[in-house]
Parts: sequence; C-alpha cells; structure tokens
Amino acid sequence: MAGVTLSNIRKTYGALAAVDDVSIEIRDGELLALLGPSGCGKTTTLRMIAGFVAPTSGTVKFGERDVTRVPVHKRNVGMVFQGYALFPHLTVAKNVEFGLRVRGWDKAKIAARVTEMLRWVQMEALAERSPRALSGGQQQRVALARAMANHPEVLLLDEPFSALDAKLRTQMRTEIRELQRQAGITSVFVTHDQEEAMAIADRIGVMNQGRLEQLGSAEDLYKRPVSRFVAGFIGKCNFIEGRVTGPGRFEAANGSVLQFTGAHAGGPAALCFRPEHAVLTQSGAAGNSIAVTVKSVTYLGPVTEYDLVSDAGDKLVVSASSSGDAAVPRAGDKLALGWRLEDAFVVD
Amino acid sequence: MGGLSLGRLAFLALVVAIFAFVIAPLLTIVWVSFFSEKILAFPPTGYTISWYARASEIADFANGFLMSVKVGLCATVASLAIGVPAALAIERFPFPGRETIRQVLLSPMYVPAIVAGAAVYIYFIELEILTTFQLAATFSGLVIAHTLVALPWTLRLVCASLVSANTVSEEAARSLGANALQTFLYVTLPIIRPGMIAAAMFSFIASFSDLEKSLFLVGPGKTTLPIAILNYLEWSLDPTIAAVATVQILIIGTALIVSDRFVKLGKVF
Repeated sequence: MAGVTLSNIRKTYGALAAVDDVSIEIRDGELLALLGPSGCGKTTTLRMIAGFVAPTSGTVKFGERDVTRVPVHKRNVGMVFQGYALFPHLTVAKNVEFGLRVRGWDKAKIAARVTEMLRWVQMEALAERSPRALSGGQQQRVALARAMANHPEVLLLDEPFSALDAKLRTQMRTEIRELQRQAGITSVFVTHDQEEAMAIADRIGVMNQGRLEQLGSAEDLYKRPVSRFVAGFIGKCNFIEGRVTGPGRFEAANGSVLQFTGAHAGGPAALCFRPEHAVLTQSGAAGNSIAVTVKSVTYLGPVTEYDLVSDAGDKLVVSASSSGDAAVPRAGDKLALGWRLEDAFVVD
Repeated sequence: MGGLSLGRLAFLALVVAIFAFVIAPLLTIVWVSFFSEKILAFPPTGYTISWYARASEIADFANGFLMSVKVGLCATVASLAIGVPAALAIERFPFPGRETIRQVLLSPMYVPAIVAGAAVYIYFIELEILTTFQLAATFSGLVIAHTLVALPWTLRLVCASLVSANTVSEEAARSLGANALQTFLYVTLPIIRPGMIAAAMFSFIASFSDLEKSLFLVGPGKTTLPIAILNYLEWSLDPTIAAVATVQILIIGTALIVSDRFVKLGKVF
C-alpha cells in the first residue's frame, strides 16, 4: 500500500487545459473525493492516475514509484467504472478472476482468491451468474471485487453510484466505504454529488475549470471555503456583493459597512454566510446585520425558508427551524438579517 | 378491448400484402420445382422430385455449386482478414481520414455490380499486359472480386458490434493488467464474435448469390452457380432451374436465420 502524489499535473487538448497544474498528496489508506461539475477535469485527473491519459506535464507517483510513463496494465490499479463495465460474456467468478488470469497466477491461487473476494462482497451465491442477471448494487459489488482481486496499490472509482437509484445509492456508498476501510486501500473517487463526497470521503478536492480550487475535509470546505466557487458548490451560500476597504472592513454595494474576521486583500469581494447561520430579527447590530425585505416564505416541514432581498439588491436565503409560536415573518416584512461574526467569511 | 378499428385493419392488410409480394415469388419457385411436366404449365398435372436428381446430374450445376461454395468460403475468409482489422482501426483509433477509408471500403455496395465487375476485369487485363500475370478467368481473380462483394458486409457488421461493445470493457481489462493483445483476445474478440459470425454469413451469402461481378471473370469450365443458372436459362426453361434455385434459397435462408441468432439483423441497418 502506498499514497499517491500528483505533482503539477497538466493535460491540454490543443489550447484547452482539461487539467491545469493540479498537485495533490493522497495519503496512504485515505479515501479522497474529486468533486466538481461536469467538465471540471476530475475525470481526466482520475484517468491520469489510472494511466489512461498521459499528462502533458507533471508527475504521478505511487509511493516512491514514478508511474507517469507506466502504461495502465503495469500500474497495478483497481478501477470501478461508471456503469461497472463488467465483461458481459463472462460469469461473475470469471470477471473476478480476469485480472489474476492475465497476470499468470496459478489455478489454485486464483480459485482461492476469487472465493475470498466473492465472500468479501457477499456474492458467493451468484458466482456462476451472468452480469446481465444482476441488479445494479450486485454488479457494483462484483466490480469492486474484480478491481481489488490483484491487491492493487490504488483503488479508483469513477462516478460509482450514478447508475443506482437514490435509496440504493445511500446504502451502497456506506457499504463501499466500509469495504474500503477494511481493505485500508488508498482510494480516489470522482463525483459531481457534493452530498455523496461529504458523506464518505476523508478529504475532498473541489475542482473547477481544470484547477483544484480547494482540498480539505468536508467541514473545512463548508466552514472555510477559499473561493466563491467552493462556497457556492458545497452547500447553499449567501453572497453580499461589495469590496474590502480595510482590515476586517467590508463595504456593501449600498455603502453600509460590515465586519469580518480573518485577512483578505482589498478590492471587489463578497461577504458570505450559510442560510442556517443567519437569523431574521426586528433590528440588528451594526457590523453584522443588514436590512432586508422578505420576498417569499416556503414551509418545508422541519425548516422554513425565507427568500430575501437586501437594500443593496443582493438576493439572500435564510432557513430557520419551523417553531410554532414565534411570530413568523411574512412576505413584504422589512426586517434585519443578522449573523455571528465568526460565521461570515469573505471570498473574491 | 373493442374490435379492430378500420385503420388498424387496413394497416394489417397492407402488411400482409407486402409480405405476400416479397414471399410469393420464392414460394412459387419452390412449388414449380416439384411440377411433373417439362414445359411449365398451370395448373400442374402431377408432382415429382426428379428435377432435383436431374439438376445434380447436370455437370454445370454440380460444378458451379462447388465452385460457388469454394469461392464463397475463400472470399469470406479474405473479407474477415481485411474487414476485422479495418473495423478495429476505424472504430478504435481516431486517425484523420478514417471516414474516407470507411466509405471507400463500403463503396462496392453502392457501385452497380456490373460496372464494378467490368472495372475489375479491365484492371486484371491491364495488369496482365503489364506483368503477364493472369488473374482474369482464374480462381484467384474470382476470389478477389468476391472479396470486394463481401467486404462491405463484414465492415458494416463488425463496426456495428464494435460500437455497441463500448470501449469501457477494454479499459476495464487494461486496468486489470491485460496488455493490448490479451485485451483483444479475451475481451474485444468475444464481444464482437457474434458480429463476426454474422459478417461471415453475410459475406458468404453475398458471394454465393453474386452474378454480375462474376460475369466477366469466370473462365471456361469454372463458372459459379448463378452463372450456370443463367447459361441454362438461355436455352431451356424447365423445373430443373427451379430445383437449383430452391437449393440456393435453402442455403441462403439457413445462413440468414443462423446470422440472426447471433446479431439481430434489424439493429445493423
């Protein structure tokens, strides 16, 4: 087992950079999610780790071994493909033994390992089935057993849950995470679903337009996003447009001055906070509240969402738990929206 | 559920009529092959199977049949040997000009066979004048021409099966440690095998039933079955010809049914 190190990898297609100067150190045994919208370069990055795509520049290392120029079949990676890519002409057991057979394992060892892998994913009973006769979840388990049979150094998963329905998706991601932890294998999985990434990854790398915007735990990304993109992509976020005019001093578009903690260079920026971190009150304190008008109220059961517009014209959302007795704001009300100083942050 | 609506009834009638239009000539030939009179007359006075025996006794038919089978098999093998690698290259490697190559290889399907046959003949003669190497009126020359007849079918069918077998299976094999050759042998080939079998069947049928391309290329005593039929028809019209045609229909029909088991032919065109 080993970690994976990507150093300044780039992949260009003509003038277009699909992946632009990405460096990530994936720790031994870690499950890292590459998260981003389609076309952000996450899949190309995964395919460079697998060896399907050669980087234009930069290096890929498994542990101390530089594999940048090593072809796919000599890298010893295990990969679970989107849609699983089980061989339709082979049974479940033959699918799992494929990687061992092409590597010339002897028969007895192959049989023992296949049994072990199928038991691991609880598919022994269906060993002689054709992949076509399996449900999505079962196919995924077989794909995982096949990918892991040869003791790969790295496990790569390309949108592994996208072909499953919502309920099964939640169940399978827990299951895969458990199996990954048992095996202790360094893993990278690609997804466009932020909830999925937050649910099972140790760390998440958020990608946008070929660049790695931020790498950190789910909590890091949610609480301390470094860019407007990350703030908006991970969870919901409110942005008050304006500029930073001094240390800890932010001026909204209508001239009202707000405070923030932490450092940020002067110039155009946005002050942000999460919908659940703000409260509507009759009047607010200077520095961490603004005047807003309620546009609409949406009751969602446990929480109620309020769509607001600030005096400066920013569209904002706040959610509050739907408690019965408090005087509930109504559309048209002019109120103050306040937040705790430490819950607000500034991005470019 | 009510009765059939008028529109639906009309549609069904149309389907039956079209089907009858297609199948009636074939059934008539099979029927005629059992008529007992030598001069075709309707209705027949009796039935016999003696025309089949007579057909097999006529040397031109027996030899023509054997020749057609031999040429068909050789052309099938040759068209697979050329068509499968070509299909792989066209579908799996995005090199410039591959669409042009695809169309060139498919072109024998679009060029009228009699024109192509004449062209091949002229080409063979020119080549012979230049090199004294004879291809016209030889077995090899015939096989080359029939390979041209068969190749578009092979390319079409193998390309279709490569498209439906997406590249991700091949990538999966690579990620599991298979080199290029192992990937081809253990994954690509088994997946496209049904397409290749169908391609072989169609190649054989196309070659076996070809008349026009062969017309200029056969030599004395080396005719194919369709040409033997044509020659016989010039002098006589009796149920022998229907018996020969029935055998041909049987062979081609069987090949079509077998191909359909491997590749749903409706999906290819």
